[in-house]
Amino acid sequence: MKTKSLLSFSPSGIYCPEADVQIDPWRPAEKAIITHAHSDHARYGSKHYLAHKDSEAILRLRLGNDISLQTVEYGEPFYINGVRFSLHPAGHILGSAQVRAEYKGEVWVVTGDYKLQDDGFSAPFEPVTCHHFITESTFGLPIYHWEPQETIFAEIKEWIAENREKGITSVLLGYALGKMQRILTRLAPLDYPVFAHGAVYNVNERLREAGYALPPIQQVSEVSDKKHFKGALVLATGSALGTPWMKRFEPYSVGNCSGWMAVRASKNRLNTDRGFVLSDHADWNELNRAVEATGAENIYVTHGFTSVFSRWLNEKGLHAQELKTLYGVEYETENTLSEA
Amino acid sequence: MKEFADLLRNLDRNTKTLEKIKALKTYFSNASDEDKIWALALFTGRRPPRKIKTAQVREWAWEKAGIPEWLFAESYQHVGDLAETVALILPQHNSISQKSLHEWFAELETLKKADDETKKAYILKAWASLSGFELFVFNKLLMGSLRVGVSQTLVIRALSEMYDQEPSGMAHRLMGQWNPFDIRFDELIIQENTAQNPSKPYPFFLAYTIENHVYESISPLEWFVEWKWDGIRSQIIFREGQLFIWSRGEELVTDKFPELHQLAQHFPEGTVLDGEILCYADGHPLPFSTLQQRIGRKNITKKILQEAPVLFMAYDVLEWNGIDIREKPHEYRRSVLETYVAEFENDSIFKVSPLVSWNTMDDLSRLHNESRTYYAEGFMLKRKSAAYQTGRKKGDWYKWKVKPLSVDAVLVYAQKGHGRRAGLFTDYTFAVWKGEHLVPFAKAYSGLTDKEIRELDAFIKQNTVEKFGPVRTVNPLRVFEIGFEGIQQSSRHKSGIAVRFPRILRPRPDKYAHEADTLENLQNLLTVYGV
Ligand SMILES: [Zn+2]
Ligand SMILES: [Zn+2]
Repeated sequence: MKTKSLLSFSPSGIYCPEADVQIDPWRPAEKAIITHAHSDHARYGSKHYLAHKDSEAILRLRLGNDISLQTVEYGEPFYINGVRFSLHPAGHILGSAQVRAEYKGEVWVVTGDYKLQDDGFSAPFEPVTCHHFITESTFGLPIYHWEPQETIFAEIKEWIAENREKGITSVLLGYALGKMQRILTRLAPLDYPVFAHGAVYNVNERLREAGYALPPIQQVSEVSDKKHFKGALVLATGSALGTPWMKRFEPYSVGNCSGWMAVRASKNRLNTDRGFVLSDHADWNELNRAVEATGAENIYVTHGFTSVFSRWLNEKGLHAQELKTLYGVEYETENTLSEA
Repeated sequence: MKEFADLLRNLDRNTKTLEKIKALKTYFSNASDEDKIWALALFTGRRPPRKIKTAQVREWAWEKAGIPEWLFAESYQHVGDLAETVALILPQHNSISQKSLHEWFAELETLKKADDETKKAYILKAWASLSGFELFVFNKLLMGSLRVGVSQTLVIRALSEMYDQEPSGMAHRLMGQWNPFDIRFDELIIQENTAQNPSKPYPFFLAYTIENHVYESISPLEWFVEWKWDGIRSQIIFREGQLFIWSRGEELVTDKFPELHQLAQHFPEGTVLDGEILCYADGHPLPFSTLQQRIGRKNITKKILQEAPVLFMAYDVLEWNGIDIREKPHEYRRSVLETYVAEFENDSIFKVSPLVSWNTMDDLSRLHNESRTYYAEGFMLKRKSAAYQTGRKKGDWYKWKVKPLSVDAVLVYAQKGHGRRAGLFTDYTFAVWKGEHLVPFAKAYSGLTDKEIRELDAFIKQNTVEKFGPVRTVNPLRVFEIGFEGIQQSSRHKSGIAVRFPRILRPRPDKYAHEADTLENLQNLLTVYGV
């Protein structure tokens, strides 16, 4: 790609030379615009951060209270060295944003991670027209088709009810930031006790302190009598799977919430009782719709099935190319197949 | 078919035995007899032959999904299962089909002679009437083997509980040749057996791995010891003038072993023998690989008969003169074997597996260590008073194999390797549980494929907890089966145990870390095999 273009791809991430600013850099930078607070996008060590205001609470929790952080609203323009930037809802998690950059009439959009379904907790995705579109492709294969979330949540509710009937604990696994808030809001009203692993608890409490409407949950480590877990719902991250930490919930049933659960082999590999196909990423059709809605002719494909999705777009007559990034490395390798 | 798909989904979801049995019972009490016989056929691996070429099904699927062939191939590679890939890429809609399992099979049967166009139209229509898991199950019936999360033993258990029969009798009913097109459910499962199919084998009795208390308690007065041969466990049946050979996998393999057919001339009517088929020459068994190669061949040529001749090594007699003698004590069956059956011994095709003679445990241990020189892979221990039972039962039959010994252990440390794999984490340390703690006991370098190494390398990078110099402490999540040649006490090791030539036998992605073995398991191996 030409070095003179508005955004370029450096070894440390997506870079805007004109503004001298990095987007989601994976090495410390002078100025970093952060699409969202997941750890594969918001990394430690940059001097100045800029993000949507709803990302603030978690960015400070993860990167330190004292980071230099400027926040903006969706759609609010800001200028760096004459480049006009603005953030637009990506629908991925709370505060997640697409970054729009405009200079001399050329418009670029970096999606970070996104989904088109409105999860009811994060601001819903808005398409932004542009010339150059940098999209994720986590689920960029035509086998990934999400069912309406109502269907999935009905399944989860039914599973919890069955477990309660049997007097066993429901342990639900998913990413602490994003997935768990979505689950908590969607399962409400919670007419049974809910407990959380420390990782989930910390995120939830920080968001509650910051004023977001989430129910209070109790931390597992504070419960000394195991009988409280009987029939309860326990929220944990995938890293708890297969550790002795789980023993206290016996008897229990484990469900994992992730788009990867659409494929039986992925589900079976984890040896969880249930796999709920619930993702905060776009499925195949959503990716295609999103690309189409931008009107962009130049597409750059990052984390996921980059080569497949870019070849597909090329065959459809677009100019697409794949980008090697470090986004999303977690879920390709993590044994729990969570999504970031 | 919805009921059958629901059953499969329940079996898939429930990891616990009792839940699976409950699901099976629910299905077998609600489904129609016509469907039940098909379900049984599928659970026992009796799917009728394919009517449509897999390549055609693939092509129609990617065409219908509106994607190019290469994208289908990429998807298939990711999913790893053809029937599932097809179900996932097809347009999604609601299921409207009311067709039952046996109706689908009856219709598929009529396609056998249909032309391609008719077949295609039929399949597209079927796809449009099914969705989700039902669509997946249909595709499985169409082109795959249906491997479901349930063992035949569990199906037998559920049925025998439902119909109040002995599991061994139920297992026997399900064996041998039967076809869902021409037998009814009640004939197979419920009715008293009147005219039995002459080829029907008995369920095999299988041995457990030896346990500590067995070594401590066995005596030559109560136990037979035989060599454990490494071949194909089989049953030879001679009834109504015909000879049948069944492998343990319930496959009729009579045609694979023409040299054994002449045994028909010797056996009395109503003979069933349990034994091992071995490749055998110059008075001793040949390596299992020779037999495996022979099995792989389509045609048994003269050359193969010369290079890989087989012999039936008889262990047991289950039916003699038409009478089922499985309930008689082993000592009795053995005497029949030695007195009558041994008459047909013939060094080239038929032998009775000899007993190992021993007096003390010391004799036995020494002989066991020499197993390989006898071309055996260890011992079989059989209680003289035991009946011939069904399936894997504890208490009367044990196998005592020679090394490798193995345990399931958790990966705890990793270090980068050198040479060809420089830069990748290839040196691993494994641990077993001691209470809530993991105690490292072995380092292993080899045993994984390149692909597995790369995958593990990425896992290690993502799951590093601490770094000490070149060594990384890794989140204890991954379980591997670690094999070794010997085990001994060691004060230099934290675990108190040192193992010889440890290596990775295979990853165990099916196991949680807390399901790995304990230090106690290792100590047990030490008591048994330690030097
Ligand atoms: Zn990401
Ligand atoms: Zn993310």
